[in-house]
Amino acid sequence: MSKIFINNFVKKYGNNTVISDLTIEIKSGELFTLLGPSGCGKTTLLRMIAGFNSIEGGEVFFNGTRMNDIDPSKRNIGMVFQNYAIFPHMTVRENVAFGLKNRKLAKAKIQEETEKYLQLMQISQYADRMPNQLSGGQQQRVALARALVIAPEVLLMDEPLSNLDAKLRLEMRGVIRHTQQNVGITTVYVTHDQEEAMAISDTIAVMKDGGIQHVGSPKEIYQRPRNVFVATFIGRTNIIPAKVELGEVVFSKGYRVQLESLRNTESQEVLCSVRPEEFIIIPGSGEGIRGLVKEYTYLGLNTHYMVELEDGASVEIVEESSMGEELKPGQKVLLQVKKDKINIFNREGSINLVRSEAYEG
Amino acid sequence: MKDNSKFRFDIWGIITLCTIAIYILFLLYPMARLAEQAVVDSQTGEYTLANFVKFFSKSYYSDTLLNSFKVSISATALSILIGTPLAYFLTIYKIRGKAMLNILIIIASMSAPFIGAYSWIMLLGRSGVITSFLAKFGINFPDIYGFGGIVLVMSLQLFPLVFLYARGALKNIDNSLIEAANNLGCAGIKCFLKVIVPLIIPTLLAAGLLVFMRSFADFGTPMLIGEGYRTFPVVLYTEFISEVGSNDGFAAAIAIIAIIITTVVFLTQKYISNKNSFALNALHPIYEKEPKNIVKPWVYLFSYSVVALAVLPQLYVTYTSFKKTAGKIFIPGYSLNSYATAFGKLGKSIQNTIIIPMLALAFIVLLAILIAYLVVRRRNALTSMVDIMSMIPYIVPGTVLGIALLTGFNRRPLMLSGTMMIMVVALIIRRLPYTIRSSVAILQQIPMSIEEAAISLGASKIKAFFRVTVPMMASGIVAGAILSWVTMISELSTAIILYTGRTKTLTVAVYTEVLRGNYGVAAALSTILTLLTVASLLVFNKVNEGKDVSV
Repeated sequence: MSKIFINNFVKKYGNNTVISDLTIEIKSGELFTLLGPSGCGKTTLLRMIAGFNSIEGGEVFFNGTRMNDIDPSKRNIGMVFQNYAIFPHMTVRENVAFGLKNRKLAKAKIQEETEKYLQLMQISQYADRMPNQLSGGQQQRVALARALVIAPEVLLMDEPLSNLDAKLRLEMRGVIRHTQQNVGITTVYVTHDQEEAMAISDTIAVMKDGGIQHVGSPKEIYQRPRNVFVATFIGRTNIIPAKVELGEVVFSKGYRVQLESLRNTESQEVLCSVRPEEFIIIPGSGEGIRGLVKEYTYLGLNTHYMVELEDGASVEIVEESSMGEELKPGQKVLLQVKKDKINIFNREGSINLVRSEAYEG
Repeated sequence: MKDNSKFRFDIWGIITLCTIAIYILFLLYPMARLAEQAVVDSQTGEYTLANFVKFFSKSYYSDTLLNSFKVSISATALSILIGTPLAYFLTIYKIRGKAMLNILIIIASMSAPFIGAYSWIMLLGRSGVITSFLAKFGINFPDIYGFGGIVLVMSLQLFPLVFLYARGALKNIDNSLIEAANNLGCAGIKCFLKVIVPLIIPTLLAAGLLVFMRSFADFGTPMLIGEGYRTFPVVLYTEFISEVGSNDGFAAAIAIIAIIITTVVFLTQKYISNKNSFALNALHPIYEKEPKNIVKPWVYLFSYSVVALAVLPQLYVTYTSFKKTAGKIFIPGYSLNSYATAFGKLGKSIQNTIIIPMLALAFIVLLAILIAYLVVRRRNALTSMVDIMSMIPYIVPGTVLGIALLTGFNRRPLMLSGTMMIMVVALIIRRLPYTIRSSVAILQQIPMSIEEAAISLGASKIKAFFRVTVPMMASGIVAGAILSWVTMISELSTAIILYTGRTKTLTVAVYTEVLRGNYGVAAALSTILTLLTVASLLVFNKVNEGKDVSV
């Protein structure tokens, strides 16, 4: 078990810089997820940690030991690949034992450890099968057993669930989380699926264009995203232009919301991120943003509305379904926001004015 | 990727340098000597283009170029016209005996071309069986010698290549493409011409190139059946071998012209096929269906008669090998005399035919695996050089390579001419490009992550390669090796230049016996060769269908 420290990482392909000046600290024993759209550099970063991609600048430390120049085969890393990379010409047992054999352990020890992890991953009954006789989920278990059996310092997982169908993905998500906590191993997990990241992670790093946008717990990233990209990438949200005046957010037509955290913020144009569930629909008259219901979708637990605002923009709203009549398309409504939940960003969308760190610069 | 785009002086770096050294010594150096001989006057030591002027100014020589083009283009066109529909029928229709047809076509493609030539002479030549039979009824069969005969023999010999290529490409066409075409009102022949053929055009171009190269370089067929119709390899051979005067410079010049031509054809084909390539991947391969009653007889007639024509020479040769002979003449009755003579006088050539290709094969497999790895996983300037060099033999006709090797290694300290080693080297150089291509294709199928998994589990790079990658490539490599083996045992055009009494191979023995008129012994020898080929192909089938490692 180790903590990982990455300092000013740089990755270049020729003259093309893919990752520039990236620094992260990964705590011992946590499941740390690199989340981002495809092409954001998350897999590249993972492979730099593994040693399969060269490092053009910066350093990586496991528990304070610099790993840059250590051969991938000597880094003591467990790795689970997107396509599992199970050796097709070896049985399940041989696959799991492969790493131990390379470490030249005693025969008995190899057997014992292999058995232990076959059991942990519940694949003992398939131990003597060839990989092509296994289902996707079983192969995934073999990959995990093979990575863990060598007692690695860190476990790296590259989109391990993307080849599975939806149901298996949920099941294996649980298996991975459960196993990771049982073994207590520091894990770096790469995915582009934000729901998966939320469900599995202790800490999430949201990446874009080779840089870190936000590092935080799932809850923090969802509730107080550092910028508009994070707000829109994690979950769904509506971005509404507004103004800040004297500590109040002013929406069009004079709907004002006072926010304690904006007390010292100077007046400026802002972008307001309101998630679908952070709207309150008021059918009658009063204060609020005026809009027109365009469509609704009843989904049982919730009802989704699409409301067109006066300036022509559409917003998405989710409300818990009620017993009464739904709002019909064409109906005029007023929208209010749950003011403690919404986030306010500067005009560029780069700073969240509601986060306390906005003042710290 | 780890920074593999730059050369590093590790184990793979050393292997890269070694392969480059091998290619420089055994390919570039002889070719350079050949080029030197072509442009340097042997008496005065001055540079001269006299040899080239001589070739192009005398129609006696330059016509052979035209002849070669006529023959090769006709043979290529015919092979495609026969091979493509045959592949199509065998893909879309349920045909009885399909498995047998497939095997027969492969056997036909693997036999030495000149055996076909001499068998057709025995069938359709001046005193051929069929000719004589028809003559009894007063029917005069058109002359088999010359242009027509060469094209006939080459097409029947080479259409199986087109067939095998086209068959492979058709397997990658998704059935839904055909269904979509049918749905849009395009069916039958129209669908074949408008949808299927365009999809497999890149494959047909590749097959066409192969057929063109083979027919352009084929020496045995025009030599036996061409008579007055002389093609390029024939004049090259006769100029080089002729015992009068020092024609080596002239022969070298002809060789250089041959290489230039094949290079131009090769590059043209590359250019065209790069412009017409598709990625095909069949989720649902084409379903075989029962042919409709109207087309059924035609489909059967076409498929069976084409295959019959292709294997007829082999069968007839086998048949004559059991005929009784008196001296050089076949007489009624059957005996094993021919075999007795074959084993007695020429038993050594049978041994050579096994030992020389075996030695070559061992090196080919090792080099092909290593080079494939360098080319696929270690792409840098040097390995690209290896890649390009390994492709050179593809465009060098066998006779030319033979002459180049003799020219390069006929004096000390590298006195190799007349040894078995030079024959082994020739086979290695000639076959390597094909085995490398197939190994590269196999390696590209294996995801890099498999090897990375092994490395992350503590295996060294070399260990990961030999413990994980090579076993995964194994079945494909063995299959490729057997095919190489089969082509090597039936190789003639290089061996005919390089052989001596001690290193005579079966094909050379057949060829010389045919020239001497010992048809019985030649038939026995080629039957032995055919048996070897068939046995190897049976092993190939076994290996290829055995437990397939899927990725």
